[in-house]
Amino acid sequence: MAFKGAIEVDTQKCKGCSVCIANCPTDSIRLSDKVNSKGYHYAEMTGDACIGCSNCATVCPDSVITVYRVKI
Amino acid sequence: MSISIEEIKKPENIVYRRPALLTDNVMHYCPGCSHGTVHKLVAEVIEEMGIQDRTIGISPVGCSVFAYNYIDIDWEEAAHGRAPALATATKRLCPDKYVFTYQGDGDLASIGTAEIIHACSRGENIVVIFINNGIYGMTGGQMAPTTLIGMKTSTTPYGRDPKLNGFPLVIADMISHLDGTAYITRQSVHTAVAARKAKSAIRKAFEYSAKGIGLSFVEIVSTCNSGWKMTPVEANKWMVENMFAKYPIGDIKDVLK
Repeated sequence: MAFKGAIEVDTQKCKGCSVCIANCPTDSIRLSDKVNSKGYHYAEMTGDACIGCSNCATVCPDSVITVYRVKI
Repeated sequence: MSISIEEIKKPENIVYRRPALLTDNVMHYCPGCSHGTVHKLVAEVIEEMGIQDRTIGISPVGCSVFAYNYIDIDWEEAAHGRAPALATATKRLCPDKYVFTYQGDGDLASIGTAEIIHACSRGENIVVIFINNGIYGMTGGQMAPTTLIGMKTSTTPYGRDPKLNGFPLVIADMISHLDGTAYITRQSVHTAVAARKAKSAIRKAFEYSAKGIGLSFVEIVSTCNSGWKMTPVEANKWMVENMFAKYPIGDIKDVLK
């Protein structure tokens, strides 16, 4: 059994602090090339390695990450 | 079996979402500030215990002065350092409520030292959440009582010198000697594991405060990346390498153990 996950980032509230990136075990988050209305490069999901472990959302200071997970 | 990202992102597959107790206001904290994470943990604990309408928070003076804008419970705003005094009055008038203070190190360890020491000594049944980042964040990164020896701040540009500035104040260890305290712990929120442990500690502190056995104190060793002049990730590393030596993580006192 394995898990596959995905994250949804509230891009307007993300401040691009990168703490989620440092805590991601599968390197599935990066900072976007684009910026939000405040000028921050927001976090976004990259690749398909996400396992939905919720580490990123747990450490996110602004609570902008929603985590989804399915069993496959 | 392959499954697309769009298929995963369905409401029934949500495993983690922003706690409902956090308001929609965008936090005014700097990017990567530990305050936001601790606010979330407090909100999650109150939500999980189902005590939203029975919890009163006392916000301090400092960066977290606006805590009342972010967690949807009843709040009082105390004068600088006086949150434990206000919490004492609130808890004595409403003994069936959960009362907690949320204070930084400039508020609790400096101007409010008398209030916290005496609240602990009286054994008030409140929770104190103490954010220790070793610096005055809001006013521009000046030296706090908890600043480490040799640490550079805007008022100690060559590093804190004990001959001139004294030694760091370790509040949690000090109050552990007072009989009025029930549970004292030191946690951090720099990794997901640490944040989950901190959440359990906060929950335990709220549960102890309802038992009427004394004051519960949760210190969170935190970062102030703006004050420390580092990126949030570097600040977390610096905290692990330097702050943990003086402020080791773990339970300091638990009267029920």
